[in-house]
Amino acid sequence: MTRIRIATTSLAGCFGCHMSLLDMDERLVSILEKAEFDRSPFTDIKHCGSCDIGLVEGGICNEENVHVLREFRKNCKILIAVGACAINGGVPALRNSFQLRACLEEVYLHGEGVENPQIPNDAELPLLLDKVYPIHEVVQVDFYLPGCPPSADQFFRMFNDLISGNEFSLPRKLLHFD
Amino acid sequence: MRRPGRAMMKTDNRQDQAVRNTITIDGREIPFQPGQTIIDAALEAGIYIPHLCHRSGLSPHGSCRLCMVDIVDRTETLGDSDRRREGKIQEETRSRSVAACTMPATAGQWIRNNTPELNEARKVITQMLFTEGNHICPSCEHSGNCTLQAVAYYLGMLDGHFPPFFPRRELDASHPTVMLDRDRCILCELCVRASREADGKNVFAIAGRGTRARLIVNSASGMLVDSDIEMHDLAVHVCPVGAILIKEQGYRVPIGQRTFDLHQVEEIDLRKTILPEMGQK
Ligand code: SF4
Ligand code: SF4
Ligand code: FES
Repeated sequence: MTRIRIATTSLAGCFGCHMSLLDMDERLVSILEKAEFDRSPFTDIKHCGSCDIGLVEGGICNEENVHVLREFRKNCKILIAVGACAINGGVPALRNSFQLRACLEEVYLHGEGVENPQIPNDAELPLLLDKVYPIHEVVQVDFYLPGCPPSADQFFRMFNDLISGNEFSLPRKLLHFD
Repeated sequence: MRRPGRAMMKTDNRQDQAVRNTITIDGREIPFQPGQTIIDAALEAGIYIPHLCHRSGLSPHGSCRLCMVDIVDRTETLGDSDRRREGKIQEETRSRSVAACTMPATAGQWIRNNTPELNEARKVITQMLFTEGNHICPSCEHSGNCTLQAVAYYLGMLDGHFPPFFPRRELDASHPTVMLDRDRCILCELCVRASREADGKNVFAIAGRGTRARLIVNSASGMLVDSDIEMHDLAVHVCPVGAILIKEQGYRVPIGQRTFDLHQVEEIDLRKTILPEMGQK
């Protein structure tokens, strides 16, 4: 039996959604009987191959996030925005009230204890975007799993729905934004 | 057989009156008092109509549009079922959408409230409210006690759908006990009305037009500290979101015990109607 391929990534995320996924604990074993991971922080695969499901945690805060998100969209049949950050920018979007330059100057030039103040400008580093955006501003999103983070029960419910081909739905008692 | 005496006639009259003063919501017939709005009659009868800018006891406002219901035109209902069977009239009866909080109840109104179509429309409105402000619930101290959030849960909202506005709005932390985070204000004007009608003050107003509309404070400096606001004013407690907050009260209630962890929004809003907070501060 071919197993469902799942890719996961964290963009402007905190890895909390991934931790919450792992909070499924031993239920993960039953999931892994039917699914396997492609590119993910859990695996060593560097680029997303053809997948059934892509889970994206985190909003979009820099140009590398945009590239990874587009790679996921291109290769995943179903793309799911996981967690508050991917859905509406989340807590990192609080920086949208400030100018990007002001943020960088505060941290790298005027921050307390900063030595040799300079804003990092190596070409290796991805440039920050003017704002933090939800992922649906960049690509088409198929499903949303709200929560900061979504609970393990929500993840379990979602995997079961998707693996068994049911329509994905969340009962009201599992629904939360915080 | 008894001839109807005077007493009997009276009873008949009263029954007649009772029949006339009823409306039907989703098939349930409920009474109303003359002058009462549809939403107040519904809430009193234990029927929840989603709402954010309404509060029984304060004057109606009609800004949030969540309480939209359909009044079905039943003037052609005589013999309808026969004609429908014959395909002479379409299944869909004519109806018009009204705000239940501003529309007076009128005898015989036939109203649809809890329908998939109306709830879908209400969800879209709620999504608009979320994307118009900065509703980052994970860092909001009102999370779990917020009616906007609870209504979103009730309507099964998973995401904001629209591109967020990310507005930049002024925060007012000038007052020693009360603060105003305009990022979360939904312009329901409950605070405006509560301050005028219940507190006997005039602390708040809305200024600006269109998407620039914003809540202002009626003091010379425009700051809360120079206004008449006090911590126990109804205006402070009536805010359905985390826009008006009492300082140093946040995160006191453990997760799992917050208002909407324990109750659904319909229970809370029905209870508020039965036990209005006005006058019992
Ligand atoms: S006011 Fe309500 S909806 Fe807005 S951020 Fe706070 S909890 Fe969320
Ligand atoms: S501060 Fe609160 S009560 Fe006042 S208009 Fe805004 S959301 Fe409504
Ligand atoms: S409750 Fe009727 S429009 Fe807000």
